[in-house]
Amino acid sequence: MQRFSALSLLRHALGGHAGWQQQWRSPEPKRAYDALIVGGGGHGLATAYYLAKEHGLRNIAVLERGWIGGGNTGRNTTVIRSNYLFAESAALYDHAVRLWETLSQELNYNVMFSPRGVMMLAHTAHDVQVFKRHVHANRAAGVDNEWLTPQQAQDFCPPLNVGSDLRYPVLGAALQRRGGVARHDAVAWGYARAADALGVDILQNCEVTAINRDATGAVTGVQTTRGTINAPKIGVVAAGHTSVVLAMAGLRLPLESFPLQALVSEPVKPVLPCVVMSNTIHAYISQSDKGELVIGAGMDAYPSYTQRGALHVATHTLDAICELFPTFRRLRMLRNWGGIVDVTPDRSPILGRTPVPGLYVNCGWGTGGFKATPGSGQLFAWTIAHDAPRPINAPFSLERFRDGATIDEAAAAAVAH
Amino acid sequence: MLLITCPWCGTRPELEFSHGGEAHIARPPDPASVSDADWTAFLHLRTNPKGLHRERWRHTHGCGRFFNALRDTTNDTILATYKPGDPLP
Repeated sequence: MQRFSALSLLRHALGGHAGWQQQWRSPEPKRAYDALIVGGGGHGLATAYYLAKEHGLRNIAVLERGWIGGGNTGRNTTVIRSNYLFAESAALYDHAVRLWETLSQELNYNVMFSPRGVMMLAHTAHDVQVFKRHVHANRAAGVDNEWLTPQQAQDFCPPLNVGSDLRYPVLGAALQRRGGVARHDAVAWGYARAADALGVDILQNCEVTAINRDATGAVTGVQTTRGTINAPKIGVVAAGHTSVVLAMAGLRLPLESFPLQALVSEPVKPVLPCVVMSNTIHAYISQSDKGELVIGAGMDAYPSYTQRGALHVATHTLDAICELFPTFRRLRMLRNWGGIVDVTPDRSPILGRTPVPGLYVNCGWGTGGFKATPGSGQLFAWTIAHDAPRPINAPFSLERFRDGATIDEAAAAAVAH
Repeated sequence: MLLITCPWCGTRPELEFSHGGEAHIARPPDPASVSDADWTAFLHLRTNPKGLHRERWRHTHGCGRFFNALRDTTNDTILATYKPGDPLP
């Protein structure tokens, strides 16, 4: 791997930038590996990286149906935060935030992590009580979160309208200063490059069509559009398509897949210094370094695999944003799109073993998986390598639905998050 | 926005309806005698197919009644709607 540094940039600049290598190989599939990761998004590539780096499993492959990072990794709104209500969730997401803080150095790849603060607005007396409870729960768990008055919220985010002319005026806000955004494509590329350097084969245009099992029921490999590939361990990280892949092993999951919509405006100069979220009137907005306002809309009402969605969902969010930020009313929207998110009944992920020996699943991140990418990959790698979860992801098992031990962030947030 | 044909009221825009999840999942008649695994399956496990999906809709802002639809989740085409108890199309 050619390392990136100021010196290497300078050296290659003198050579007209003709000397850079491809950042990862495009190898032919081998007949067998020690482990396979199904799904080449951020979570899958991170899993492969940590399997190779921390567990010495280097004869492994990532199987991607399309191109790496072409699914939800390239479609999300890149927000990173860990201010979840329950201790299990706050621990899981804060573990990821701590990895984000040093990820660019870890990967020698600039993922443009920008902890510019995530501010969640309260508009009703109920919101105020709930968010203060979140603030206290987070601080007790060692996760930063603080309460702001409307004036403090506007001082932190000047374009925010905190006037009394709003239908739902801003009554305060919860601010997580360590939260922020990162560059989503760079996360996939950085993990792919680092995993490839450790010997991981990244196989694109390689769709899994069947899961092979032996007489005991244990997995032996997969059939793909690029031939049969054998492996004793398979980790499935297929986001919205997890139900489809695991149905090949006869499993039904507590998942439904919905289109989640997002959109961006035309690029403008820096105007929005932080991430602003409002669960009550459903606004969700930040500004990319390119200058586009990145806006997260809601999920469509019905499960679908179409990667599109209905305009009324996006319009609903724009109504809220125009109320909160009157200066944005004249901006034109550039693109909108949908990603297929796999949603669990409690809106918490599933990260662990399955009833099929050798088959592991990392899914159910729903509308908020990007923020967990490094932590999810590291914990899933551990789970695959040891055939057991680490304590931090043990509560996020498939069995929690049978045991009634759900981690109900759906009720805690009352919104897609 | 989808156009959905309520079997009682006719074709209306999606905004008049709410989605009711996968159809034809029967509540066990005697929950106390059901195993934990079967109860989990009833409560939480879903087919989530990429293809034909039988699902419930409720005409919330219309007649208020539930009905079933057969929809292709790869392109959102609704192939049929039918009343509860009707033979499956």
